Amino acid sequence: MHVLRETWLLLIVSLRSLRKRFDVALVATVGFAGVVLVLVAVLSMAAGFRHTLHATGSNDVALVLRKGSGAELSSTLSLDQARRVGDAPGVAVGAHGPEISPELLVLINRRERRSRILANVPFRGVSASAFRVHPHIHLVAGHLFKAGLDQVIVGRAAEESFRGLRLGDHFTSGGVRWRVVGVFGDHGGVHASEIWTDLPTLESAYRRGDSVSAVYARLVSPAAYPRFRANLLHNPELSVSVHREERYYAHQSRGLDRFITIAGTIIALMMGLGALFAAANTMYATVSERAREVAILRTLGYHAAAVVLSVVAESVLYALSGGVLGALAAFLFFNGFEASTLNNFSVVVFRFAVTPSLAAAGILFAGALGLLAGLAPAVAAARRPIAAGIRAL
Amino acid sequence: MTETAAQPSSEPLIRLERVSKSYRRGGETIQVLDRVDLAIPRGDFLALMAPSGSGKSTLLNLLGGLDRPDEGSILFDGVALESLGPRALTRWRATHVGFVFQLYHLLPVLSAARNVELPLLLQRLGRAERSRRVAAALSLVGFPDDRHTFRPTELSGGQQQRVAIARAIVTNPTVLLCDEPTGDLDRRAGDEILDLLVELNRRLDKTIVMVTHDPHAAERAHTLVRLEKGLVGEIRATSS
Repeated sequence: MHVLRETWLLLIVSLRSLRKRFDVALVATVGFAGVVLVLVAVLSMAAGFRHTLHATGSNDVALVLRKGSGAELSSTLSLDQARRVGDAPGVAVGAHGPEISPELLVLINRRERRSRILANVPFRGVSASAFRVHPHIHLVAGHLFKAGLDQVIVGRAAEESFRGLRLGDHFTSGGVRWRVVGVFGDHGGVHASEIWTDLPTLESAYRRGDSVSAVYARLVSPAAYPRFRANLLHNPELSVSVHREERYYAHQSRGLDRFITIAGTIIALMMGLGALFAAANTMYATVSERAREVAILRTLGYHAAAVVLSVVAESVLYALSGGVLGALAAFLFFNGFEASTLNNFSVVVFRFAVTPSLAAAGILFAGALGLLAGLAPAVAAARRPIAAGIRAL
Repeated sequence: MTETAAQPSSEPLIRLERVSKSYRRGGETIQVLDRVDLAIPRGDFLALMAPSGSGKSTLLNLLGGLDRPDEGSILFDGVALESLGPRALTRWRATHVGFVFQLYHLLPVLSAARNVELPLLLQRLGRAERSRRVAAALSLVGFPDDRHTFRPTELSGGQQQRVAIARAIVTNPTVLLCDEPTGDLDRRAGDEILDLLVELNRRLDKTIVMVTHDPHAAERAHTLVRLEKGLVGEIRATSS
């Protein structure tokens, strides 16, 4: 208890004389802020990407692909197979029959608005049932495409990110001049990076006959999935793989998520090492400058442990201040920042998400660095003989 | 041979027995104290004089438990300081010793009163009791009431030394160790500080060991000890 009170007093004394070494303290704090800014920014990218793909999937929707296909782009199913999916047990049946959505996915090249680089934009052909199977898709401007009129609706993220996809714009692809008649949202989901049109029109434009890439099926409940899946897998006339939509998209994000997280952590660790040395340097300077106070206080009967704790506490304080600044800067500069990346050869537009847990993790990381940075100077200060400190006065 | 300063009590408060201390500087070993024997009676006011580098500050550091001898023993009221571990020695110092330095060594970021309060923060005392003791100590050393909240840089040298002495006596230690307490003051302020030390010795029966270069200051003590080349050269009673 005494040691804590002594530590507190030593810390107060040190902080009151902070003005004298404001520059070095600022360097340490800014160093920590930089580390946390980079760490939180990079991790917020991963979090945003993860959020986008996770937001896409629904627990009561199943995705049927050709057996052996890991993604829609490499999958082909016939319309007949698609119809058989609708006959499987567990599929919800609405006023228009089984709630299944056969969909064709192709990629088209569009230039990114900012970088002007050509990127693969997913172009999805759907039928009217798609809007029942994907109820989160909602029009935000214009109107739905009409069958056979070469009209498209564009996801909001795609509209903002790529050239020629604004409402009323035209673009040519697959030998067809398409007109953008509507813009849709997906509540943060991946479909907002896509262009949608009428399924037969897209099949015709890309000469796909009556084939589709995948069939989405809305189930009566999440619990119906195992029976639905087992039925399709054991049907000898079908050669398909079946996935929960939610898990399918979560799985899609895993590789990139892991890559960004690992790369970001490595970058932050390297920067952290630099900040750690800068902070240790600051604390050595602080300890050297405070040799007088430390010697006096130890002469008066203050414990060496209190000296150690106060130096470490000061270092941690710089680190936490830097951490808070860095997290705040990351939030101000990066939260909601729109970016795009390739996912299975197509572009996914997502927003950086600086979440409270990421900010807290960044601040804690800075605190840990501050702790490490303060230890060696603290021990050096405490081990310095009092008589030597007095002589140096 | 044990040399006993000729003053008040027969039982010495502090006894040094064959105390040696050396330092290494570069490749050279410098013998600062060489088998020093000295006894300081309770209630004595002892002045320690020596040329620079003769070990007087080293001896003061050893007496205050700030350093440990290479050889020999320092007995304080029967307790061998070398037998105390670091924590016990720190506790002992906080309880029994008050230090006064030539350059006052007040913390510049704290007010006069807060500087005096520093040693009291190590004790289990309430805020009101600490304030009472601080005020009493400052009053005892003749520090003006209206300057308690002043910081050291706003005070004269004499006033800073009064604050430093108040800090040294606020815990009512057994002994005051003063390292050139008048060395940074003009003659008038120095005399006032010496008057104060004499008063503390006389009225509060504080044992005082004062290192000084100044023969005028040394004459205010009861006992004068001269150190020469690490040895006790002379011990005599002063005219005080």
